[in-house]
Amino acid sequence: MSNAAPTIEQPPPRDGSPLLDVEHVRVLFPVKSGTLIDRKVGAVHAVDDVSLQLREGETLGIVGESGCGKTTLIRTIARLIDATSGAIHFRGQDITKAGRRELQPVRREVQMVFQDPQASLNPRKRVGQILTTPLRLRKIPRDRLESESRQLLTRVGLHPEHLNRYPHEFSGGQRQRIGVARALALDPRLILLDEPVSALDVSIQAQVINLLDELQDALQLSYIFVAHDLSVVRHVSDRIAVMYLGKLMEISPAEALYTKPIHPYTSALLAAIPIPDPHENRSRTRPLVSGEPPNPIHPPSGCRFHTRCPRATEVCRTVEPQLTEYSGGHLAACHHPQHVSAQEIERATRSPASPLTAGDQAPAG
Amino acid sequence: MTAPETLLQVEDLRVSFATEEGVVRAVDGITFTVQAGEVLAIVGESGSGKSVSVMTLMGLTRGQNARFEGKAMFDGRDLIAASDAELRKVRGAAIAMVFQDPMSSLDPVYRIGAQIIEQIRVHEPKVSKAQALDRAVDLMERVGIPRARDRVRSYPHEFSGGMRQRVMIAMALANSPKLLIADEPTTALAVPIQAQILDELRRLRDQTGAGIILVTHDLGVVADIADRIAVMYAGRIVEQGTLEDLFYDPQHPYTWGLLGSITRVDRNRAGKLPAIPGQPPSLLAPPEGCHFRPRCPHAFDRCTELPELVSRLPEAPEHPDRCWLEPERKRTLRQVGDQIGLATGETVIS
Repeated sequence: MSNAAPTIEQPPPRDGSPLLDVEHVRVLFPVKSGTLIDRKVGAVHAVDDVSLQLREGETLGIVGESGCGKTTLIRTIARLIDATSGAIHFRGQDITKAGRRELQPVRREVQMVFQDPQASLNPRKRVGQILTTPLRLRKIPRDRLESESRQLLTRVGLHPEHLNRYPHEFSGGQRQRIGVARALALDPRLILLDEPVSALDVSIQAQVINLLDELQDALQLSYIFVAHDLSVVRHVSDRIAVMYLGKLMEISPAEALYTKPIHPYTSALLAAIPIPDPHENRSRTRPLVSGEPPNPIHPPSGCRFHTRCPRATEVCRTVEPQLTEYSGGHLAACHHPQHVSAQEIERATRSPASPLTAGDQAPAG
Repeated sequence: MTAPETLLQVEDLRVSFATEEGVVRAVDGITFTVQAGEVLAIVGESGSGKSVSVMTLMGLTRGQNARFEGKAMFDGRDLIAASDAELRKVRGAAIAMVFQDPMSSLDPVYRIGAQIIEQIRVHEPKVSKAQALDRAVDLMERVGIPRARDRVRSYPHEFSGGMRQRVMIAMALANSPKLLIADEPTTALAVPIQAQILDELRRLRDQTGAGIILVTHDLGVVADIADRIAVMYAGRIVEQGTLEDLFYDPQHPYTWGLLGSITRVDRNRAGKLPAIPGQPPSLLAPPEGCHFRPRCPHAFDRCTELPELVSRLPEAPEHPDRCWLEPERKRTLRQVGDQIGLATGETVIS
């Protein structure tokens, strides 16, 4: 989240490989029915063949409606949920099937901050205890535990004296700061932020966003920032991925997603957000999508969005679109892309991140 | 619009609750009106008293530890002084309410249709069950529920969040209310569904001429649908005015802070967000004078005295605020401090 304008082409990381590499990950939750003996009658396609990469120091935003699989995806990356198939590499190491012991160093480096700071802090422990547990795991000597915890609190903008308080003595924003401090206690490289500010008031949201921004600069952290709020995501992200019903619809540098959305679903999401400025809000045309996301147990064939898409044609109903890479690292899975010229479509290539089941039709204008 | 008819007139409403730790002054003297056919948005953060205010109008905050002062005149009746029996006749009929969480506002063990029918027949006992069923189907169609004839037989769990919120709106409409109170009606919903529900509310206002009180913290929603706005902070209205007034000539530093600290989907990111430092005061022991004083970068000695909610702008008598700063001074401050007047200071909090 540096303040520099987002450049379209980022320099490759020093060792040439991304910090995190998610390849064709699928997560299916079985649906069971029957008395006494459960029969598997289907599966919820929570995450269905998603590939993406995260570079060191980058913030990747993931947006989508509830049920699109964004939270399942990051929980899978944190190995809180096991992937049904596909592979997750962290610093080149395959962690998809790694056992408890192998995973331990990775767990230290990949931390998570949850949406509800109330529910994610143990109400019976003082802040000091909440912070020293991860510090002990890091083998910090006993005599330094307190000074380290005090430092952590200062780092997240709380007073060191707060060590002796319980979570309920804090406001929502302060609790979220404690959640961040706990994640920082393990000296992580990557922090997975699951709707970290959605539960907070607007003025407090800004404080926490600024804090995350400062920490990223100071500690060279990488973030995956999951949110349903596209305006917050725009503010924090370098790149943004849009998910719908378990599939990746579009992924692009942050600015391009807002100024030149290629997928009709992205446009629909953007149009649905009211702008807090009455004049501009009225002058906008807002093509709203009707209906609601279909049932993820029986997702639509072809393009998952075709049932609600204003541009859908026959091909969308039958063929799953490939993820097409346009110039500037802008990828979209759509047969009828918008905001791209004929030349751009011609120059576009099929991305290796395309779902394995996708057809090979190139997009038509 | 025809000559506006005042539906609701709230005067100096105060609500306090006795708790173990002391008396919480949740609502500390608020005054506002709602006209027919308009949307009044009450904006504020959690704990500002916006929900308590509207729930009090419906008699939903009554309890042994609650104390009320002030008046709320609706249809020639004072809602604050009305008996429970009187209120029961008004509630759900002339004044209807839509709550934030559609998951917990419907009874999970009754069919959707049965719940709407009950709503209709409680207030209009003469309507037969069959007639009520027809009306239920009609209402569900009006709020955009497809295949309503079949879906009256569904249970709440068979509906998605957006559909359940539509059912709530259908129930609210069942007895043609004059005033609809919507408490964060879109907060629990996905963005595209939010837009659909707001459209529904707008249509309702246009078709029936009902007045709507919309309680929300989302200034985007406000800009989209409100006619007038009341900004609440720590139990008080700090500023009130039309949409134009509030967005383009905000008078209270708290309003500046709110407008400044929101991220916008149509704006490129520009470094740090201007945040309001600190956090809202405890309502057990609020600061003396202006409640925003401890967080306000422009506070001065006079702010320990409570400013009246009056207009300080000769050209806009309908745009009152609670701030001692001279209007001229405010305009300068707003221009200097990067359009909005709040510095992006350190955010260390005690």
